[in-house]
Amino acid sequence: MKLLTLNFLTCARKTCKSTAAAFPLHPKDAELEQIEIDMNPLFVKNMLPRLEWEAMKTLTQELGLPALPAETPAPEELTTEDGEASQVLKDLHVLLMETSVASGKLVCGNCGHEYAVKEGIANFLLPSHMV
Amino acid sequence: MSPLAKEGEAYEQEHVHAVYEQIASHFSSTRYKPWPIIERFLRDRPNGAIGLDIGCGNGKYLSVNPNIYIVGSDRSTNLVGIASKHQPHSVVVSDILELPHADGIFDFAITIAVVHHLSTTERRVEAIRSVLATLKANAPALIYVWALEQDGSRRGWSEGGDQDVMVPWVMRGSKKAARQQDCVATTQTEDKVFHRYYHLYRRGELEEEILAAGGYVLDAGYEKDNWWAIAAKQPD
Ligand SMILES: C[S@@+](CC[C@H](N)C(=O)[O-])C[C@H]1O[C@@H](n2cnc3c(N)ncnc32)[C@H](O)[C@@H]1O
Ligand SMILES: [Zn+2]
Repeated sequence: MKLLTLNFLTCARKTCKSTAAAFPLHPKDAELEQIEIDMNPLFVKNMLPRLEWEAMKTLTQELGLPALPAETPAPEELTTEDGEASQVLKDLHVLLMETSVASGKLVCGNCGHEYAVKEGIANFLLPSHMV
Repeated sequence: MSPLAKEGEAYEQEHVHAVYEQIASHFSSTRYKPWPIIERFLRDRPNGAIGLDIGCGNGKYLSVNPNIYIVGSDRSTNLVGIASKHQPHSVVVSDILELPHADGIFDFAITIAVVHHLSTTERRVEAIRSVLATLKANAPALIYVWALEQDGSRRGWSEGGDQDVMVPWVMRGSKKAARQQDCVATTQTEDKVFHRYYHLYRRGELEEEILAAGGYVLDAGYEKDNWWAIAAKQPD
C-alpha cells in the first residue's frame, strides 16, 4: 500500500472517524518496499493540494523516511526552468507513489485498534463486537 | 449491533462474502468491460478529482479515466488482490457499512452492483448513507443495482416476482483437465455451483432508499437489467 493511500484512510469505527486522533493511522512494525511506477507529473501536482501535509509529515517521520518539505510545495517548485520535472517532484513521486507498506499494522490513535497489512493490502474489516 | 443486524451480517457472510472469495478469479476473468453509463460518469469527472469505488471487485473501473485518483475497496481479499494491479490507484479490504474514510472529503463515489447484496432494507439504506457520508456537499455518487424488471433477460425475473433471490454462479469443470487428471488421481472436475444472495430492486425503490438515507437524486434510470441513480447527500 503506497504512502499516498494513508492520506485518505482513517479508523473504520464510527465512533473514531470524527476524532482528530484517528488520523492519520500510525504504521507499526511496518516492512517497506519500493514499487516502481511510471511518474505522472500532473498526477502528483493534482494530488498535492489534497494532501493533509502535517499528517504526511508525521507519517514519513514515523516510518523513518526522508523528511518532507515544511510546507506543501508550490506548483512552480515542481518544474524546472525548462519545464522538466524538478527534483522536488521526483522525490515526492518516490516517497508518495513508490514507497509502500508491504506488511505490518496500522494503529488507530483514538481506540488503539490495529489493522493488519499483508502482501501490501490493508484490511479494515472489524470483528462484529466492535462495530 | 442489534440482533437483526447481526443476523443480516451472518447471512451475508455465508451467502455473499464467502462465495465471492471462492469464485474471485473466475468471476474476475468474466469482468472486464465497463458499462457505458459508468464509463461516461468516470470520464466526466474533472482532472484531479479524488473518489471511491466501493465494492470495486476486480477493479475494472479504476483505470477508466487516467486523470483522476480512486481508492477502491471490497470485502473480498482475493478480489482486492486482483484489483491492486491498477496503478496508480489504491485498494483496501473493507465493508461498505464500515468504510475507513473520513466524512465529507471525496469528490465522487461509485458503488456498482454492491448494495443489492445487503439482505434487509435497513442495511441497504445504511450502506447508501455510508457512501454518501464520504462525499463533499453536492458531490455525486453513482449507484447500480440489479432490477427485478428483467423481462428481456434469460433470468426470467419480472414485476411482481420475489425480490430476494439466490443467483447461481456456475464454475465449469474443465474436460481437458479431467482427462489429464484421470491418469493421476480423481480430482474435482464436475461443474461447481455457488449461490449468491441478491435483492432485486423494483422501479423507484433505489430512489426511495436514497431519500431514506438522507440523500437526494440528481439523475436516475434503467440500463440493461439494472436500476441506477446518481445521488448526493442533503446538506445538514
Ligand atoms: C457483482 S460484484 C461487482 C463488482 C464491481 N463493482 C463490478 O461492477 O464489476 C459485487 C461486489 O461487491 C462486494 N461486496 C458485497 N458485499 C459487500 C460489502 N458489504 N462491503 C463491501 N463489498 C461488498 C463483493 O465482494 C463483490 O466484489
Ligand atoms: Zn479507532
